Amino acid sequence: MAIDLDPRIPDGPIEQRWHHWLDEHRLVGPRQRADHTIIVVGTGLAGASAAATLAGQGYRVESFCFQDSARRAHSIAAQGGINATKDYANEGDSVRRLFVDTMKGGDFRARESNVWRLAETSTNIIDQAVAQGVPFNREYGGLLATRSFGGVLVERTFYCRGQTGQQLLLGAYAALQQQVAEGRAHVHTRHELLDVVLVDGQARGIIARNLVTGEIERYAADAVVLATGGYCNVYYLSTNALGCNVTAIWRAHRRGAAFANPCFTQIHPTSIPASGEYQSKLTLMSESLRNDGRVWVPREPGDERVAADIPEDDRYYYLEERYPRFGNLVPRDVASRAAKIVCDDGLGVGPSRRAVYLDFRDAIGDRGAEMIEDRYGNLFEMYERITGDSPWEVPMMIYPAPHYSMGGLWVDYELQTTIPGLFAIGEANFSDHGANRLGASAMMQCLADGYFIAPHTVTNFVSGVHEHVSADEPAFEEAEREVRERIERLLSIGGATPQTAFHRELGHVMLDKCGITRDADGLREALGQIADIRAAFWSDLRIEPGENGINQSLEHAGRVADFLELASLMCRDALEREESCGCHLREEHQTEDGEAVRDDDDFAHVAVWEWQGEDAGHKPYREPLEFASVAPVTRSYR
Amino acid sequence: MKFTLRIWRQADAESEGAYERYEMPDIDPDASFLEMLDVLNDQLVKDGGRPVAFDSDCREGICGTCSLVIDGIAHGPRQATSCQVFMRDFADGSEITVGPFRSAAFPVLRDLIVDRSAFDRIQQAGGYISVNAGPKPEPNSMPVHPETQEAAMDAAICIGCGACVAACPNGSGMLFTGAKVTHLNLLPQGEPEQHHRARAMVRQHDAEGFGACTNTGECQEVCPQHISIKVIGELNREYRKAMVRKLRERGGAIRPQ
Repeated sequence: MAIDLDPRIPDGPIEQRWHHWLDEHRLVGPRQRADHTIIVVGTGLAGASAAATLAGQGYRVESFCFQDSARRAHSIAAQGGINATKDYANEGDSVRRLFVDTMKGGDFRARESNVWRLAETSTNIIDQAVAQGVPFNREYGGLLATRSFGGVLVERTFYCRGQTGQQLLLGAYAALQQQVAEGRAHVHTRHELLDVVLVDGQARGIIARNLVTGEIERYAADAVVLATGGYCNVYYLSTNALGCNVTAIWRAHRRGAAFANPCFTQIHPTSIPASGEYQSKLTLMSESLRNDGRVWVPREPGDERVAADIPEDDRYYYLEERYPRFGNLVPRDVASRAAKIVCDDGLGVGPSRRAVYLDFRDAIGDRGAEMIEDRYGNLFEMYERITGDSPWEVPMMIYPAPHYSMGGLWVDYELQTTIPGLFAIGEANFSDHGANRLGASAMMQCLADGYFIAPHTVTNFVSGVHEHVSADEPAFEEAEREVRERIERLLSIGGATPQTAFHRELGHVMLDKCGITRDADGLREALGQIADIRAAFWSDLRIEPGENGINQSLEHAGRVADFLELASLMCRDALEREESCGCHLREEHQTEDGEAVRDDDDFAHVAVWEWQGEDAGHKPYREPLEFASVAPVTRSYR
Repeated sequence: MKFTLRIWRQADAESEGAYERYEMPDIDPDASFLEMLDVLNDQLVKDGGRPVAFDSDCREGICGTCSLVIDGIAHGPRQATSCQVFMRDFADGSEITVGPFRSAAFPVLRDLIVDRSAFDRIQQAGGYISVNAGPKPEPNSMPVHPETQEAAMDAAICIGCGACVAACPNGSGMLFTGAKVTHLNLLPQGEPEQHHRARAMVRQHDAEGFGACTNTGECQEVCPQHISIKVIGELNREYRKAMVRKLRERGGAIRPQ
C-alpha cells in the first residue's frame, strides 16, 4: 500500500494560500472545545507555544516532557536571535526577501508554500513575544533593536542579549503555566513517550513511561502533536542537550509516519573541540565570533610551535584565501567543510589535531580591547571557563559539531504526518529548512508552528473527530504490552557493556562517514558497521537492573536503540542522494575546487521513507519539489 | 588526577540515605564534574552496581537542570552551574563531597535528584502576562526605555535551578520569586497584573514550604546567573504595594508605622 504524499497545498497565488486556508478551515464552537483532548509531546519552543495556544483556545491539553520542568527544553540554549521581516531598519526587507533567503539557504530542497507562510508569520511572533514580556534588546529611543545575522544583507534579527532562546522559551513556558493554573492544560513532567497508539489508522494516544516511578501509562486523545526536537545526538557528541533524542518521532515512524530527508544534518562550524573520550557534549560558541575572529591553521603539517610563535607567512587563513568575497563569514556548511579539509590534510591544531584557530589578535589590535570586550566578553569568559585558556592571550580552538536536524517526520501543508491525527512541529518535522537552515530561523519556525499554524490545522482536524476513544481500547493494551516487552528485553540482555559505549561508537561512525562530507564507499561501510554495533548492543548491553523507579541507564539505552535504527536510515538516505546540496556534500559530486554540485534534474525532491518492518527495511518515495516563485540558483561564495 | 568522592546515595523518596565513598584513580583535568560522574556510572554498571542518579541536560549552563551541592556549596566552587565545574578546579588527590540541593520544598527523589516542581507552581500562581496567541499591537507603539529592558533582563535570565534555595539557611525561594516578579513588573506589559502577581506568587512560595528571607545573601553568592539580592528588595516593595492596595480596596485603615 502506497503512502499518500499529497502536500495538500491550497490553490491560488503563493502569497494568498495561507489566508485562503484560514478562511476555509473548519472551526469548533467555543463550548465544544473542552470536549476535545489534544496531546502535545515536548515543551520546547514549538511544543510549549502550541500547548499554551491550544489550551488558550479552550481545548484540553495534555503536555509531556522528559525534563523535570517544561522550562528546560533545549530551545533554551539558542543564543543568536530570531528573524522577522519587520523592516525596522528601512532596508526594503519583505516577506519575499525572507522567503528567498530561506529557500536559498536550504539550497532549494524545501517546499515553497510552507516557507512562504513561515516568512509571512515571522512578524506576528515578535508582536506575540513582546506582549508576553520577552525583554528584547532596545535602541536608545526604546524601540526594538535588530542586527544582521548569518550572512544575510538586512538587519532582521531580534535578540535578547545572547539568550534569545531562553527568553522566548520562558515566554512560552509562562503562557503554558498560565493555562495549567486555569485548569485547561496539564503538564506531565519526567514522562517519556515510548509509543504512539493508532486506532483505526488514526493517532489516538500515546504510551509514556513515568521516569520517577517507572510506571507505564496510557493517554488517549483526539489528536497527537509531536514537538520533540532534533536527533543530532545520533552523532553522540553534538551541541544538543544530553536528553535530546529521536525516540518519539522514531516510534511514530515505526507506526507508519513517513520520515523525510533523514540525512540532512547541519554541522555548526564554531564549537569547542572535543578534548577526550570522557567528553559528553560539545558546546557551541556563537557564530557572531566569525565577524571579528580570523580562522587559520599552520601552513605546514606537523608544525609544533605554539600559535604566537608562528609568523604571519606560515599561517594559512584558508577561508580568506579560498573565499575572498565572504572570507570568515561564509555560510555554516562551507566553513565546516573547509575546517574538515584542512584537518584531513594534517594541518589541524590542538592535542587531537581536529581543531582550527579562531584568532582575535588582529581584531584586538585594530579595534581595541574595549570594543572586543563589549562584543564578545561573555563568550570569551565562557570559552575560558570550559577550556581553561583565555582568548585574550591565545587563539580559540574550534571545530564543527552536529547542531540541527533539517530532516524529520514528513508533514503536509497542515503539518500533519502520514498518520491522520498525528502532527509534527518544530525541529521534529522536515518542512521549512530544506538541505540547510539559516541562522536565527529555527526559533522562528518553532514559534510559527506553535503559536500560529498548528493551533489552526490541528483543530481543523479535531473538528472532524466526533467519537472519543478510551485508553482501555485493545490498541492501547497492545501498544503497552509491546513497550513493556521492549523494556524487559533491554533489561534482560545481561551483557557486559554499558549503553554509553555503544552510543559513542555509533557517534564515531556517523561523524566519520555521514558527517560533514559523505561518499558512497564510506556510507556502505557505515551501514555494515552500524549493523554490527546494533547486533552487539542487543547481545552485550548491560544496564542498571529494575524497571521501577528512576533508571537513567534504561532511559538512555532505549534512546540509543532507536538511534541505531535511525543511523542506518540516515546513511541509506545519504547514499541515494547522489548530489551535493546544502549540508549534504557527496565527495563524488563536487567541482575540482571542492564546491558542491547540485543536481536539480534528478534530486529536486524530498526523499521520503516508509518503515516496512523490523527486517524488511525501508521503502523509498519522493515528493517532487516545484519552484514557481523563486528560480533555483547555484550558491557561490567565491 | 585522583579523587575520592563521598556521594549521597538514597534509593527513593521514602528511604534513608547515606554518603558512600568512591575512588576515582584516573580523571582527566579537563573533564567536567558531571563527566567524572559519567565515568563513575559506567564503571558502577560494569561492576553490577547501581549508578548514581543525577539530573543534567544541556551541559552548557543554561537549562538549569543540574543541581549538585559540591563540598557544601550549591553548584560548587565557581559560581557557575554544576555542569560548568571542571576537575582542574580541584587539588589532585582531594576528597570531594557531593549531595543534592536539599530543602524542605525540594524532596529528594533518588540520590542527587530532587523534585523542584514547587518552582513551576510559583510560576503558575502569577509568573506570566495574560495574553493568548493572536494578533497583537505593533510593539514599537510602546517604547521601553533600554535601562528598563536591561534591568528586566538582569532578572529574566534566572535559569530556575534552585541553587538559591539550596544555599539559603532558611530554604527561601525569594531570589527565584523576586527575579520573576522583577522581570515582569518592571515592564509596561506586566503592569496591569502587577499587584495580583506579587501577592499570588508570594502566597504560593510560602505554601510550598519555602522559608522567609532574612537577608543572609547566600543566594546571590551561588547564583550562576549572578542575580542580585536586589530583586528580593524589589519583590518586597511590590508585595507591600499590592497589600496596601488590597487593604484600601477592602476599606481597611492603614496606620503609619
